[in-house]
Amino acid sequence: MTNTILTVKNLTKKYGRNIVFENISLNVNEGDTIVIIGPSGTGKSTLLRCINLLTKPDAGQIWLDEQEITAKDTDEDQVRQHIGMVFQNFLLFNHLTALENVKLGLLRVKKLDKDAAEAKAMQELERVGLSDRANHYPGQLSGGQQQRVAIARALAMDPRVMLFDEPTSALDPELIGEVLEVMRNLALSGMTMLVVTHEMGFAREVADRIVFMEKGSIVEEGSPDELFYRPKFERTREFLWKITELYGKKEKEA
Amino acid sequence: MQDWATLLKRFFSEFMVGAGVTLELTAVGLAIGLVLGLGLALARAYGPFWLRSLAIGYIELFRGTPLLVQLFLIYYGLPSLGITLSQSLSAYLALGFNSAAYQAEYLRGAIISIGDSQMTAGRAIGLSRWQTIRFIILPQALRLVIPAWSNEPISLLKTTAVVFLIAVQDLMAKAKRAATITYNPIGSYIAVAVIYLVMVFVLNAFLKWLERKARIPGFEMDAHKA
Repeated sequence: MTNTILTVKNLTKKYGRNIVFENISLNVNEGDTIVIIGPSGTGKSTLLRCINLLTKPDAGQIWLDEQEITAKDTDEDQVRQHIGMVFQNFLLFNHLTALENVKLGLLRVKKLDKDAAEAKAMQELERVGLSDRANHYPGQLSGGQQQRVAIARALAMDPRVMLFDEPTSALDPELIGEVLEVMRNLALSGMTMLVVTHEMGFAREVADRIVFMEKGSIVEEGSPDELFYRPKFERTREFLWKITELYGKKEKEA
Repeated sequence: MQDWATLLKRFFSEFMVGAGVTLELTAVGLAIGLVLGLGLALARAYGPFWLRSLAIGYIELFRGTPLLVQLFLIYYGLPSLGITLSQSLSAYLALGFNSAAYQAEYLRGAIISIGDSQMTAGRAIGLSRWQTIRFIILPQALRLVIPAWSNEPISLLKTTAVVFLIAVQDLMAKAKRAATITYNPIGSYIAVAVIYLVMVFVLNAFLKWLERKARIPGFEMDAHKA
């Protein structure tokens, strides 16, 4: 499985003079789970938004499979269908039930007929363990349930790659586990995933590769063992130590 | 009170015809205002610069001048440009154009309060901008707007009374006629005031029902917090 799905090359994003990140290059192979870690404000979220074309990079290129999606004539809506995204604050459609949230893209983007969309949406809800909440509105679900619906909504489009932007950061500690569990199963089922998170337990257990970003560039990347036990840079060690201490406590409590 | 109840009885059928015209004016004005106002709100929220400017210009113009001036310009002014409209058509248009400016602002407020994040979420699953507006933003904005927007039908219903000045036979015109026939202006105007009051009361009850009906379970709390 060395088939490269996503290639990011020399990507740069600035807001005015403020450089969010510079010359980021990244390869994502099919089936890989890559976890991006780093202090806040280092451009991890912006990087994900650029990959999904929600934010326009200032320089550099991105390829999804063979297609350069940063090319000028790219149909953005077409590309986004193939890149699933899960947000920190869920962003479910508030006026639609869980089932309708998952169904909408199938009906309007994939143009499935009603029955097929319904069946597929139900199947995705089952995958995240929420078929019994199909007719609940987002406001009637817990944060963890909302995030699982959001994952199902993204999965329904059969994306080539899934992007997770701090999917558990807005959750109460006792609800983090259920979301991580869904993500873990997803990774095991062979989904290609790019995850920005502070959950070191998840990173260590599930990631094929961890990328450590700081101040707008990639400091170091490698397998979890390499980064946790044999980091090349002192900064990596410091960050991992701090974050494990901080979040490790939370994990134990949960 | 100059025996308004007797007067009401005597002119009842005529007042009902007038009240019918008043309701018609309200309904048509509201409908024109809603369609046009929605267009203006979308133009202001999502349009390119020139369209946004055009919408702002329209809204400022129609909110910044008296309805009566607008009505007279349409009914008495347009014929000099070769456009002659009937009394009721002039009334419909003046009320509709005027109401559009106000409804546009209510709607724009609701659209803004939905926020960019819902747009992001829609675009992220591959919906186009317009699809996201249509299936995500508007269904929420149109529900969220109801409490604030409810002022508009009530306000418009009462505002329609100015059209008797171009001789549209609405409730106000009927009141004036009854006052002239009976030499009893106080009784006559109290009688129609009561009819206006009843209409507003019923309309209000309907709007409250609509607000409850359109509520999204579990969402209203968030909307109020925001």
